[in-house]
Amino acid sequence: MRAALFIAIGTLLGALLATYLGLWAGAPVEEALLLGLPLGFVQAMLCYAARFPARAIPLGPGSFARVAATHLSAAVVSTGAWVLAGFGLARLLEQATGRAGVIERFRQDAAGLAVTGVLIFLLAVTAHYLVIALESARDAEMRSVRARVLAREAELRALRAQVNPHFLFNSLNSIATLTAEDAGAARRMCLLLAGFLRRSLALGQRDRISLGEELELVTEYLAIEGIRFGRRLEVAESVEESCRGCPVPPLLLQPLVENAVRHGIAQLVEGGTIRLDGHRDASGITFKIGNPRDPERPAGRGEGVGLANVRGRLEAMHGERARIDVSAAPGLYEISLFIPWSGAEPEEGTGPGERDPDGGAR
Amino acid sequence: MAAPADPLRVLIVDDEELARRGMRRDLASDPSVEVLGECSDGFEAVRAASELKPDLVLLDIQMPRLDGFEVLELLDPGIGVIFVTAHDEHAVRAFEVNAVDYLLKPVDPERLREAIERARERRRRSEPMPVAALVSAARPTGVPVSRVLVRDGPHVQVLPVATLDYIEAQDDYVALHAGGRSYLKQQTIAAIEALLDPSRFVRIHRCYVLNVDRLSRIELMAKDSRVAILRDGTQLPLSRAGHARLRSML
Repeated sequence: MRAALFIAIGTLLGALLATYLGLWAGAPVEEALLLGLPLGFVQAMLCYAARFPARAIPLGPGSFARVAATHLSAAVVSTGAWVLAGFGLARLLEQATGRAGVIERFRQDAAGLAVTGVLIFLLAVTAHYLVIALESARDAEMRSVRARVLAREAELRALRAQVNPHFLFNSLNSIATLTAEDAGAARRMCLLLAGFLRRSLALGQRDRISLGEELELVTEYLAIEGIRFGRRLEVAESVEESCRGCPVPPLLLQPLVENAVRHGIAQLVEGGTIRLDGHRDASGITFKIGNPRDPERPAGRGEGVGLANVRGRLEAMHGERARIDVSAAPGLYEISLFIPWSGAEPEEGTGPGERDPDGGAR
Repeated sequence: MAAPADPLRVLIVDDEELARRGMRRDLASDPSVEVLGECSDGFEAVRAASELKPDLVLLDIQMPRLDGFEVLELLDPGIGVIFVTAHDEHAVRAFEVNAVDYLLKPVDPERLREAIERARERRRRSEPMPVAALVSAARPTGVPVSRVLVRDGPHVQVLPVATLDYIEAQDDYVALHAGGRSYLKQQTIAAIEALLDPSRFVRIHRCYVLNVDRLSRIELMAKDSRVAILRDGTQLPLSRAGHARLRSML
């Protein structure tokens, strides 16, 4: 494809040069062709080579003078070399054919050729910049499509996480047992479950929420699992108040906490403590989720996918400065997130979400 | 209504206390059922089953340390099992394929009663559980096991596959040799070979599967008769096909 384009341009330039030499300067046809075609291909090569300086020096605001100077000097130097090559060719032709006046005729055309050469070179530079601009527009388009697909995927996964069937059925089973022995407890669990589902649906519809809102959801989730697991599930939360305003994608932490329950606590007969730590410094928030693990059990299925999803969403929102580190010691698993945040308020309101569902139902 | 002369003796196994309580409550109203006890994990379940000899085990699938299928493998074959799960599409498919009874959480007391009735019926006909078929149907295909479980009386031994030296067929059992000890398990050698990593374990003889890491050298004893010498000096016979398989791996 590239070679075909090169041959086409070379032939075109060669034909134009031959026409110029033949008609304008009155050279015989075969002389015009023998000089013009090779010079056309050399010029095509120079035009192709113009892409390298064009790619090395990107166009930008305020850089016009520098760009123009660079390419103009490149044009002058390369065209000078090109015209000299033309003289060489003319001499060769004169010696080989014994025809007189080839060099002389070329000398008369040289100035015109030089000016045309410079113009063609500059035209090529412009074409290269055009191609670069088109390519970068296409890249940007591709990137934005990819980001949109990723976001949509995350949304779907988040939706699925909201109604994780395992969580739902186990909670319903707890309620079924409680109804027979403690109606009040069964009712509290129903309210917690309804509150959690409602809150996760509401938060899931927004682009970004505050870390405080996400933590309220997590607390509600852990309260439900706390009824199911009883004494096996303990929670130690130590999140600095100043972290709560940090904007995050919705349902960022909840799937990670759910993993901590499913792959940590639920796999331990005696259970353990889930630790949530949030610390703020000038550059951002460091949030850690730690849970004990059965050291003999291999990594759970599906965990990696969830983690990759969280990573993707965090990077889509905060760029590459956001980080997720996993440390898996034999009996302990810890995920550490770094979210860059200068301390500005999130764009959407951070007012309290819905009222505590326990409050309104008495 | 008079209780039958021999009530069905049931063991409840679930890691969630609430779930166990609910099940016990549902069974309490049935005079033909006697609940022997509750267990909160697989090891406890295997121990209790070998000591109490229940007729039926209500067995949760997702549990710490040993899951329901691992427990099933270790139970005496005469014990009936009804599986209980909140949501496990994979397991449910395995149950459907093998026509094994299961209950979904939250448990419908009516369905529980029917399942108990069917278990009683099966017990009368002494119908065994299709353990091997069920275990292989419930396992994700193509993923070799990382450990082998054997029962030693009421105790469960967990043998990581890396500790296995070789496996020997003995009638309906296999003897698993690991670190100078051997453990008996009721399983065919073909069944256990199918669960192991084929890049590490090779069938060297009709009766032997070898952990390739343990091989020291191969010696020619007579024409067409070779033995594998292990690092600890053990000698195992090599069949001709077994020799070819072993050679192709080295």
